[in-house]
Amino acid sequence: MSASSGRDARTGHHNETAPGTSRCNGEVTAPPDDCLARNEWICGEYLSTRREILQDAVVQHLQLTAASVLIALVVALPLALLARRRWAAGPVLAVTTVLYTIPSLAMFSLLLPVYGLSASLVVAGLVLYSLTLLVRNILAGLRAVPEETRQAARGLGYGPIRLLLTVELPLALPAAMAGLRIATVSAVSLLTVGAIVGFGGLGNLIYAGMNTYFKAQVLTASVLCVVIAVAADLLLLGVQRLITPWTRAARG
Amino acid sequence: MNTLTDAWEWLTDPVHWPGPDGIAHRLLEHLVLTVVCLVVSCLVALPVALVLGHLGKGGALAVNISNVGRAVPTFAVLVLLLLTPVGRWGEGPTVVALVLFAVPPLLTNAYVGMREVDRGVVQAARGMGMTGRQMLFHVELPLSLPMVLTGVRIAAVQLVATATIAALAGGGGLGRIITAGFNLASTPQVVAGAVLVAGLALVVEGLFGLVERLAPRWARGAP
Repeated sequence: MSASSGRDARTGHHNETAPGTSRCNGEVTAPPDDCLARNEWICGEYLSTRREILQDAVVQHLQLTAASVLIALVVALPLALLARRRWAAGPVLAVTTVLYTIPSLAMFSLLLPVYGLSASLVVAGLVLYSLTLLVRNILAGLRAVPEETRQAARGLGYGPIRLLLTVELPLALPAAMAGLRIATVSAVSLLTVGAIVGFGGLGNLIYAGMNTYFKAQVLTASVLCVVIAVAADLLLLGVQRLITPWTRAARG
Repeated sequence: MNTLTDAWEWLTDPVHWPGPDGIAHRLLEHLVLTVVCLVVSCLVALPVALVLGHLGKGGALAVNISNVGRAVPTFAVLVLLLLTPVGRWGEGPTVVALVLFAVPPLLTNAYVGMREVDRGVVQAARGMGMTGRQMLFHVELPLSLPMVLTGVRIAAVQLVATATIAALAGGGGLGRIITAGFNLASTPQVVAGAVLVAGLALVVEGLFGLVERLAPRWARGAP
């Protein structure tokens, strides 16, 4: 009985109490004071014992980020095309800028009556947030296509749709991809705020770790978050290189 | 629609305004937090960016730091700081996390602004016998001011927006109305808090836009 109560005291997350208790009791039967019991920042034990929780959180993080960025991309493309018309440019850019200004936590809260406490709430919030970056960059890319190129394509008999799909969009790709990379990295990082509704991927672990003073969990989840962001950025950079081979050829 | 009218009723109910948890106090907390963080991050970022830009060194650092800053979730930084000794200083973790968050856009914009100053103008200034300090304060700084101020505006709006997250870690500000609403499962209160924060962010954005429009000649510097 006394051993188990001693053990409780040691697994309680207080750095100072743990070693003191073990010395007073002199018990060896209680589990060793590993890094979990000592509540250390870096803890291999945490990685091995909480593998499944971490995996689930990473999977949720990846799924929600991917879903929101892809949906945002699908919505942003027509909006950018619309914004090329002179009359639509002002309203489209104004609305997306206002959406961008609204804080993520507030965005999730504003959408609460529509979606309730669900993953769709977080995805919808991130979609609205990413729209600005994507629309702006796609539009900038399309506007940067030289008029001569457009005229040359028209001279070759290209119709408007073929011109858009085979000339303008490919030439707008580098700018669009730059926007996509920024949007993805931001989404990975903002998703953590979704913890307030329970769908924050790794943010859930950070939130739970904060309430229980679980240092290893907070640090591990934060580092994984940054790793995911950097990996996603590099992946998109690789994709960009693959689909725009001419930019490398031009540079030499 | 019903929720919106409920939120409006919550917002206009005089019961919710006074007191330490009232809207008025939370609004004040939010503003103080934002202003303090903006001032601190300007003091940290601008001198570094101006000197680096003047010397033309550390460009890769200044630009990459904003990419790195974007990848690190402010919420994670806030919680990490909360668990370190910094966490005992009341609003300390919030201020540090928000400053870390606001420094990258300030640094990048000021640096890029300094480097975009016409090299011919800088060389002319040097030809006139200006010292490095004179060139920095009388030529480069006035010419790069619009970019510097753009960075300040971006940082200010993002600070207003992100200061909300402080509430998740028990800090003050308007975010507390939202988190309290979540805890009470009161959708009208959550929406009312969100409307307040979004409104404040838009007001700050609008104010900066207005200032930029009112002082264009001064901000662009004498030709």
